[in-house]
Amino acid sequence: MPEIRLKSINNFILKNANLQIRDKEFLVLWGKTGAGKTTLLNVVAGLAEYKGSVLFDGIAVDELSVRQRKISYLFQNLNLFPHLNVRENIGYGLWMRGESKKAIHSRVDEMLDLTDIEHLAGCYPQKLSGGEKQRVALARAMAPCFKIMLFDEPLNSLDFHTARFIRKEIYRLQKKSGITVVYVTHCFEEVFALADRIAVLNNGEIIQVDCPVNIFQENNCRAVSEKGYCDCHSEEKNKSTDLELKHTGVLCHSKNG
Amino acid sequence: MKKIKAAHSLIPVLGFLLIWEIVVRLGLIPGNFFFPPFTVVIQEFYHLTANGVLIDNFLSSLIRVLIGLFAGSTAGIAVGILMGYEEKIHKVAHPIFSLFYPIPALGWLPILMLWFGIGEILPIMIIFICSFFPVLYNTVTGIKSVNKDFIKTARSLGASEWKVLTTVVIPLALPNIFTGLRLEAGMAWRVIIAAEMVAIPTGIGALLMRAESLLRVDIIIVCLIVLAVMCLIFENFFIFLEYKLTHKWRQHA
Repeated sequence: MPEIRLKSINNFILKNANLQIRDKEFLVLWGKTGAGKTTLLNVVAGLAEYKGSVLFDGIAVDELSVRQRKISYLFQNLNLFPHLNVRENIGYGLWMRGESKKAIHSRVDEMLDLTDIEHLAGCYPQKLSGGEKQRVALARAMAPCFKIMLFDEPLNSLDFHTARFIRKEIYRLQKKSGITVVYVTHCFEEVFALADRIAVLNNGEIIQVDCPVNIFQENNCRAVSEKGYCDCHSEEKNKSTDLELKHTGVLCHSKNG
Repeated sequence: MKKIKAAHSLIPVLGFLLIWEIVVRLGLIPGNFFFPPFTVVIQEFYHLTANGVLIDNFLSSLIRVLIGLFAGSTAGIAVGILMGYEEKIHKVAHPIFSLFYPIPALGWLPILMLWFGIGEILPIMIIFICSFFPVLYNTVTGIKSVNKDFIKTARSLGASEWKVLTTVVIPLALPNIFTGLRLEAGMAWRVIIAAEMVAIPTGIGALLMRAESLLRVDIIIVCLIVLAVMCLIFENFFIFLEYKLTHKWRQHA
């Protein structure tokens, strides 16, 4: 657990969105700017209004607030609290849930170690580089140990090498902790490095859900290529696909999602 | 290093006092101005302190300022937080407060004299009004300027509305709140002096008026120096408090 199911979600952007995200799955939401990716994340988190139903493990959570849904959410602009240092930022979620000081300290130490930022524990966010901020935000989002994590283009502002490193970290942490991840990105490389399946959005509609190979291979990618997301027939991208799949060990669970 | 900087800022003041002394002693003040040398002012300061006149009047003013400023600032911060955080309250309260805000604190003096009479309540009410509105509006600005994404993030991390307010919104609004407090700390002294000059028989302002009727320029200058020093002390107290509470995270901002 948990499995996430969206049933007939409608709001100011999304149009009759239906989606099933499996337990421990890494699902990437892919699409142009304004396609409704972030709105879909906000619906899952309970931060956007909607009609329809969101179910976690078959139980409707529509009436629950974002706090009650127990979801980790890594926002696009990270939103590290400027008045709290790295340690306090990471421990914030645990503090808000009434954990003891000892438990917070121990879990924060664990997250500092996991994201390799022990040396930054006492620093304030203004002093950190982009990559360091990213790691702190990742550690903060993961500290409460929730089973669902939402990422909204978390690597957007990073340089290529840092982005690649953090991406590997996210992949490793997801596989290690077995959480269900919904991840928004525009980046082709991220899709292949991370996704178990991809949900393609266009103008608020989910137009295709499948594993990366099926989405981007010649005979299956028509919906994607027609919408102009990529040139799936490009030889280079097919090569890149093979390489990335080999590199990350991403497997296609099911052809039809 | 800080001590050296403080010493440097004292040099111009000492230079000014020296020039004052020399100019007056040499009789270079034109016309028939009553203008005592600085040393005479110091002597008078000593006499007024020794016979208790200055201390009694100073304490009267100080207590009024402290009570009025504390009550006005506390109310301003509390109402400002409510208005800044709850849009519904802001919509109702803002038009009402906007009507009263432009009225100068001393403009309330006649009506407050009629309502409360000449007594301790009157100057305290004046200081309350003087500090309430600016602190209120700075607090509202501070609360409203907190990035909504921080609030969203705090909620997603499990914070209740109360915790969002106390652990994120208020700490991030502190610089604005302190701007209001700092401005009003000095303004409270200016207003109390004016109120005491017009309507209240005790305090530094009343002492000023009595000195004026006796043509005692030296006493007037003593009172003005006390006023200037108190304004500086109060303003610097809030600068110090703001520094203590926010410098850790603002020094790199």
